[in-house]
Amino acid sequence: MIPEIGQFALILALSLAVCQAVLPLMGAHRGDAAMMGVGRTAAAGQFVFVAVAFGCLIWAFLSDDFSVLYVANHSQLSLPTMYKVSAVWGAHEGSLLMWILILAGWTLAVSRFSSGLPDAFAARVIGVLGVLSVGFLLFALLTSNPFERLVPAAADGGDLNPLLQDPGLAIHPPLLYIGYVGFSVAFAFAIAAMLSGDLDRTWAKWTRPWTTVAWMFLTLGIALGSWWAYYELGWGGWWFWDAVENASFMPWLVGTALIHSLAVTEKRGLFKSWTLLLAITAFSLSLLGTFLVRSGIIVSVHAFATDPTRGFFILAFLAIVVIGALTLYAWRAPSLDSDAGFSLLSRETFLLLNNVLLVVAAALVLIGTLSPLVIEMATGGKISIGPPWFNVAFLVPTLPLIVLVGMGMHVAWRKQSKSAWLRTLRVPAIAAAVLGIVVPLFIYGRESILLFVGTTASAWIVISALIPIVRSVRRTDGSSGITRSVLGMSVAHLGLGLFVIGVTIVSAFSVESDRALSPGESIEVAGYEFEMQGLRNVQGPNFSAIEAEIEIRDDGEYVATLRPQKRQYLVQKSWMTEAGIYPGLDKDLFVALGDQLGNGGWSVRIQYKPMIRFIWLGALVMALGGLIAITDRRYRVKVRKESEAVAAGAEATA
Amino acid sequence: MNRFVWPLIAVAALLVFLVMGLRHGDPRALPSPFIGKPAPEFELPTLKNPEVTVGTDNLAGKYALVNVWATWCVMCRSEHPFLMQLAQRKAIPIYGINWRDSRPDAIRWLDQLGDPYVASAYDEDGRVGIDWGVYGAPETFLIDPEGTVIYKHLGPLDPQVWEREFVARMNQREADQ
Repeated sequence: MIPEIGQFALILALSLAVCQAVLPLMGAHRGDAAMMGVGRTAAAGQFVFVAVAFGCLIWAFLSDDFSVLYVANHSQLSLPTMYKVSAVWGAHEGSLLMWILILAGWTLAVSRFSSGLPDAFAARVIGVLGVLSVGFLLFALLTSNPFERLVPAAADGGDLNPLLQDPGLAIHPPLLYIGYVGFSVAFAFAIAAMLSGDLDRTWAKWTRPWTTVAWMFLTLGIALGSWWAYYELGWGGWWFWDAVENASFMPWLVGTALIHSLAVTEKRGLFKSWTLLLAITAFSLSLLGTFLVRSGIIVSVHAFATDPTRGFFILAFLAIVVIGALTLYAWRAPSLDSDAGFSLLSRETFLLLNNVLLVVAAALVLIGTLSPLVIEMATGGKISIGPPWFNVAFLVPTLPLIVLVGMGMHVAWRKQSKSAWLRTLRVPAIAAAVLGIVVPLFIYGRESILLFVGTTASAWIVISALIPIVRSVRRTDGSSGITRSVLGMSVAHLGLGLFVIGVTIVSAFSVESDRALSPGESIEVAGYEFEMQGLRNVQGPNFSAIEAEIEIRDDGEYVATLRPQKRQYLVQKSWMTEAGIYPGLDKDLFVALGDQLGNGGWSVRIQYKPMIRFIWLGALVMALGGLIAITDRRYRVKVRKESEAVAAGAEATA
Repeated sequence: MNRFVWPLIAVAALLVFLVMGLRHGDPRALPSPFIGKPAPEFELPTLKNPEVTVGTDNLAGKYALVNVWATWCVMCRSEHPFLMQLAQRKAIPIYGINWRDSRPDAIRWLDQLGDPYVASAYDEDGRVGIDWGVYGAPETFLIDPEGTVIYKHLGPLDPQVWEREFVARMNQREADQ
């Protein structure tokens, strides 16, 4: 009964989404206030019904209703409760429902916080989001119904993929989707602006905070995914250039470009058509990512169950959305003229370079992701392009990019005096160059050109990002001296610097060793002694495991005891590696069990990962920068003014 | 033509390419290198009697199905009634490979639900499954009288799949000869 309620709620949500898509857009076209007003109500209703459907699916999982096909395939009686909930979005149908819920949530948020926008504009935004909701709800109901029944019901389920039975991966998809789907708001704002033909800078100002929030969640989601891959897949890597990872990374790169380009458009009224194109592209890449992941067109370690009809549906939807948007763009963009110029040495120039490089990086990732498909169509073989290609290709645009970040931050809008700029840069540049030599050479004992560039560039970014922060803190008159916007930018760039340092050091100085180890034996890796003290069997709720106890000593001094496990999940009979990690800011020590060898020993993978935490710490700090930026005064002032205006209006009518 | 049309053209080209990619082949049809080749050799103890073995030799001289199944596999339970029908109709001899399973569980399953198999091989550690390129249960292979694999189906069998993929292929092959 409950699953049928869920399905019925989804159908009602679809009807409301149709209203939300059609009426406000028509109303805005005709200037009909009543029709425009329907948008907000329909959006709220749509959210409620989607939430009911989502709740019904959670209920089906919690009550072990194996008469629901999706539950029978992805849950199991002894699955811990937490994973029964996260199993809801553990596979295609449920994660699509979550995507729809998040889209409805963003729409609700936009309709709540858009009181400052002109009615017609807000109506168009809500209408465009409604069109997207209709597409996804149709997709779910026609090809991927999560409430489909299984007759006769299964006695027990097939269990959630053991890889997904992990707290990190339970919250990774929601974060990622909030980011992905959040770009639909920037997309809707861009379409609304083009529909109205009113493309002044206010459009950019309204879009900015929404884009930043979406970007923030996407940053966190990707970082969490990378962290999960590191400790759960047992290889000790943190990025694999897998098609699914790339699917989330491309919108991130373009979204990052969009944030910077929006800043130019808002402040200076420049790059308008470019910014519009980026807003369309960021969301289109989110859709493309969905297509790649869910159509099975590309072989990936964590692609969803594949189905050609689903592939065709998303592709058709993608075509309608993107071709519609770009046609509108081709029609409107020529009428946009930039009303200001800028000199060569100006922030505009640097942001332009930033945009070009980020888009080139995204294009390279796209090419790398699609190339297996090209090869398959040409030769018939299914292959997967490897990380070596990406690692090299990706450096081409990103190396200049990180060098430019440190320079660009201290350049003024419009025109910068060269001598003042060089004066500001001199100290950070010298300090960074010194660090670029000292850190690799004296701490890690090796130097190379790539290492020097990586360390210097990241030290430079960190130092130049700290300058405004330190200046602001040292002011004695009590005022902060910088806006939250600038502070947020500095913090985000600081995060980038930390990230680059982590990547540079960990890729140059990691030590990796696969050895055979029996109880009582010990080996030395990267100066640490690893001794296997014993093996024992451990029983989990739905798995049994072999756990090794490995003591780490540094010069005979006790450091830590790690307990890596090799788990066999009882239902799917699959083996999982649970790595033992001794984390630290300066290094991680990582032990994973491989296979049992004949003589009672185990093959053990031991890794020394210097500064790997900086990679995720950097991402976290980047997201924090975004958070600071959206609390900038000008967004709050606007809200306060409006509420005052509303209050004044209420008094006037009273 | 204005330069703002270029993104549209680029995306249209990309979409055409993706459509071609999708039409290029059913992504579900993982290319099985075994199709058209002799069935991989195996000889395993039968499920019901460890003293007796079953293997490639038993398949010779007739059309046969090799069905990979396990008690932990939900979809195997859902295809089981159809296998029983096939067996009762004597449509084709079905050989089972009981894959990464426990012997008592598997025997109990056959006692309770019925046994559609001429014999089931007991592939406890999944070694034969590796030779046969098994991705997951259930999988069903169609073997011709010369011992060649002519089709492999991933997922549960049902009457439509049976008519469309299996019967059609056997008829086709007969017609060819």
